[in-house]
Amino acid sequence: MLEVRDLKVERGGRAILHVPFFSIDRGEVVSLVGPNGAGKTTMLLAVALLIKPSSGEIVLNGKRVGRDIHPLEYRRRLSFVFEEPLLLDATVYENVAQGLRFRGMKKGEIVDRVEKYLDLFRISHLRTRRARALSGGEAQRVALARAFAIEPEVLFLDEPFSSLDLPTRDTLSRELEAILGRLGWTVIMSTHERAEALRFSDRTCLIREGRIVQMGPTLSVMNEPQDEWLASFVGMETLLEGIVEEVKSGTFLVSVNGRIIEVAGTARQAEHVTICMRPEHVTISLSYPNFTSARNVFKAKVLGVEPAGFGTRVKLDCGFPLVAFVTASSEKALDLREGREVVASFKATSIHVLRRRPLG
Amino acid sequence: MDLIFEGVKKAFVLIFGLDREVMGITLLSLKVSGLATLMSVFLGVSAGTGIALARFPGRRILIALVNTGMGLPPVVVGLFVSLCLWREGPLGFLGLLYTPWAIVIAQAVIATPIVTGITVAAIQHLPERLRLQILALGATRFQLALCLLKEARLPLLAAIMAGFGGVISEVGASMMVGGNIKGYTRVLTTATVLETSKGNFDVAIALGIILFLLTYLVNQLLTSIQQRTK
Repeated sequence: MLEVRDLKVERGGRAILHVPFFSIDRGEVVSLVGPNGAGKTTMLLAVALLIKPSSGEIVLNGKRVGRDIHPLEYRRRLSFVFEEPLLLDATVYENVAQGLRFRGMKKGEIVDRVEKYLDLFRISHLRTRRARALSGGEAQRVALARAFAIEPEVLFLDEPFSSLDLPTRDTLSRELEAILGRLGWTVIMSTHERAEALRFSDRTCLIREGRIVQMGPTLSVMNEPQDEWLASFVGMETLLEGIVEEVKSGTFLVSVNGRIIEVAGTARQAEHVTICMRPEHVTISLSYPNFTSARNVFKAKVLGVEPAGFGTRVKLDCGFPLVAFVTASSEKALDLREGREVVASFKATSIHVLRRRPLG
Repeated sequence: MDLIFEGVKKAFVLIFGLDREVMGITLLSLKVSGLATLMSVFLGVSAGTGIALARFPGRRILIALVNTGMGLPPVVVGLFVSLCLWREGPLGFLGLLYTPWAIVIAQAVIATPIVTGITVAAIQHLPERLRLQILALGATRFQLALCLLKEARLPLLAAIMAGFGGVISEVGASMMVGGNIKGYTRVLTTATVLETSKGNFDVAIALGIILFLLTYLVNQLLTSIQQRTK
């Protein structure tokens, strides 16, 4: 539906964004995920032609923008929600109606369309309020209603929840997920939250330094990062370098600091690999578990315990460093503290392996 | 003290007695400065919006020139406009020198950089992302400009007040290009200067009070519009 080819944005003679190819199909939700400053917003702005790319080609429904479609006509088929609501100094109704007025829509149609989307985002009661007097959550609902009222062919969402407090963010993102699921629109959204990408998108593009470094179905991108940096970025906090000692049927053994870790999959004998693991996949107990499907069980010493959101991050020494995540109640029950002797276990299937070139 | 007291007393008689000459001067001042302000708003807001939104080489130099123009000495403007309108000047064929139109032109030249400068600042002060958001709503360049001007309406009304304040109170340019001709180009400021120089302090005080009241009333009107839109 929308294709981008060789899109470049330059600033001060330096390319700050280069997208050789990007596409999105009708009804698909694609997330652009990356750290702050990675180029997510620049890519959204450039694809939406809100900033002028220095080169590249944008094709919408087989028509090339600038040749077959006028850029204004192209922009009018899209809508964009920014991180901040950016409302006009007018009433809520006028804000939601603004994009339709720009398009010269008839008054009666505008009224119907605005009411529909005020209702969808549950802000009908605010229609006569001044937009600047709204709370953050209300203002972002107005911004969303304004973008939706245009009924765009492609909707751009630039970290639409990041300026909101956590409870408002949770409520609004749940509602938006339901609305998008119902409408089946084509959406490109940027986020630095992995959970948001998982929640909303069919496909994910990981962006770093103005380049798409990995693109694919969201689950696969999150679970199969292509390098160490990406592994860290998608939340794999344990990264261990090792050498394949033995290849078995369906698994292989990797030597890490003299310890043997069993990994599901295939590898070559003596291959240099990096083992990547999420902290959520590590289980801590006080003694060796009697029954466990985990192939990897190690005695470990607690090196440190730190709060992490609603849980606790535990740094362990198993002869190699390992990071685990436990709930607050588990932390209390296991009496986790520095120097405590515990047992850490993890499944062979929970490990993602990166192939490395041998040194020398 | 007597001099001031007598002056104030006479001023009230002239004002409340609706003295014909004084009222004529007041009306002409209002017309001339009002028209000059209108011209400067049209030119200044258009130019200011263009400068604020466009990106071109030398833009910063142009903004610096506009800002310098905000403090243009009225006598320099008077001299420049006189030269232009002089019989042998480039616009001499229009025959406008020593007419109220000459004062309107000179005052518009004084007020336009003020309105332009404040417009540039007002639009630049709006968040950059707001401009992108308006474009993302499907605005044309013209719709974008109108929308931004609406968003900047508070400082723009301040620009109009500053422009009007600048021209209603200036004397040098009006004297030079208008000639202070009784019943034709005499405005409140030039009349005040003349009456003071003749020692007619009562009339000068009356004209001063009217000038002050006029400025206050116009600004009061604009302020109430400004605060209502807040």
